[in-house]
Amino acid sequence: MGEWINTILQGLLLGGLYSLFATGLALSFGIMRMINIAHGDFAILAAFAAIAVVEPLGLDPFVVLLLIVPLMAGFGYVLQRIILNRTLGQDILPPLLVTFGMSIIIQNLLLVAFSADTRSLSVGELGIASVPLGGDVAVGVFPLIVMAVAVAVLGGLQWLFSATPLGRAFRAASDDREVAQLMGIDNRHIYGVAMAIAMGIVAIAGVFLAIRANINPTEGPARLLYAFEAVIIGGLGSLWGTLAGGVILGVAQTIGGKLDPGWGILAGHLAFLAVLVVKPNGLFPRTRER
Amino acid sequence: MSILETRNLTAFYGDFQALYGIDFRLEEGETVAVIGSNGAGKSTFLRTLTGLNAAASDSVVLAGQPIGGLPAHRIVGLGLALVPEGRRLFPSLTVEENLLVGAYSGRKGPWSLERLYKLFPILAERRHNPGTALSGGQQQMVAIGRALMSNPQVLLCDELSLGLAPIVIRDIYAALPGIKAEGCSVVVVEQDVSQAMNVADRLYCFQEGRVSLEGRPDDLTREQISLAYFGV
Repeated sequence: MGEWINTILQGLLLGGLYSLFATGLALSFGIMRMINIAHGDFAILAAFAAIAVVEPLGLDPFVVLLLIVPLMAGFGYVLQRIILNRTLGQDILPPLLVTFGMSIIIQNLLLVAFSADTRSLSVGELGIASVPLGGDVAVGVFPLIVMAVAVAVLGGLQWLFSATPLGRAFRAASDDREVAQLMGIDNRHIYGVAMAIAMGIVAIAGVFLAIRANINPTEGPARLLYAFEAVIIGGLGSLWGTLAGGVILGVAQTIGGKLDPGWGILAGHLAFLAVLVVKPNGLFPRTRER
Repeated sequence: MSILETRNLTAFYGDFQALYGIDFRLEEGETVAVIGSNGAGKSTFLRTLTGLNAAASDSVVLAGQPIGGLPAHRIVGLGLALVPEGRRLFPSLTVEENLLVGAYSGRKGPWSLERLYKLFPILAERRHNPGTALSGGQQQMVAIGRALMSNPQVLLCDELSLGLAPIVIRDIYAALPGIKAEGCSVVVVEQDVSQAMNVADRLYCFQEGRVSLEGRPDDLTREQISLAYFGV
């Protein structure tokens, strides 16, 4: 019994990591109506950037986050202003194609720079520390930290969106980009800021992934798939839905993996399909006709 | 002095030329109506003034400053606000948030939430409702209030009466004197000619993208307006 409780708890906490991956994707879709195919690759890029700093300097990965997150956010802003804004319009195809191209470029650049070897980040004892909850049940400290960060990120975004002029501008630009301009909102800048936030969050996700598991330069698309599934399970446009989606995906994967080590990923996909069958718009959809 | 002026303004609606050399002026404190049938170019005219359509730099002048070709988000900060046709409130924002987003440009002036709630008291009661959950008339009040929150020198109103009951239209237009009293000049685009003539100090009639008639409502005959409006 204790083993099963442990499995479900691990799945719940894994949902925190998936939610971090999914949040950036949900942001760029929710605000810009843009699907970023390179989202997972940006996470892996951030993770390798962290590895490149941590290994020679011997810094703590958490400290390196303070450098990587603003760096990726700035990169996101510039990328959106210079390239991605030009792809936005009535047609959804141009941003898909451009970000697909970026995905390939990032993977190949990472292969050139870091080879195809798997790498990871170490946080020492913290990576294996756990909190006993009685009986055989215990939870890992690092997964708890990841979940806490995910909840904090979502809470921060919730506050940003509901209580600040910038958040209102995000929502206005998402509702009607033309009328938003008539309010004095510069959509190009607002989209840049949204991408900066999305990139900052995905950088956290990428670094946490590299702490949790081994990564390689071509892992981005798999991460994108989980992020997609979490977003769609939660319901397009719903921030907290991404956490629910991540948790459902995480629990399904760990239960599947418990039944048979080869079934973990398959169980996640099956859970995703099951939710789609029952609730085609996800659990908490907030999409609107435009 | 003209607060808003266009000189030989031309504009396109897609590939189609919608405006041909429009000369227009709005004096400070004035209300000017633009009338015309469907497709006459009225809405394109307003879109061009606000920067949503391209225009030559000196073809639109606001308070002496050429604003043609500036992006829409900069023009609102200079004091030109539009109440768009069909209201187009932001559906994910509450009434109050819709009003607050109108102040995004940060332009200083007499309008605040409190002042707006005095002008349209019903909005204070509905402030936490989604903007799109209101009746058509109340939504129009929000759309006007949202534009006023940018503290404009010139308020452009596109088809305020569209889809509203006569009694509601009367209430909406009753707010205009209060708006003008705060130093705002007004351009009203209307298909409802009698409504336009009631509120306007001067009137322009558009036909196929050209000014077909201009004058004070009292000086114009029904025949002149019919001819200018329908071209027959």
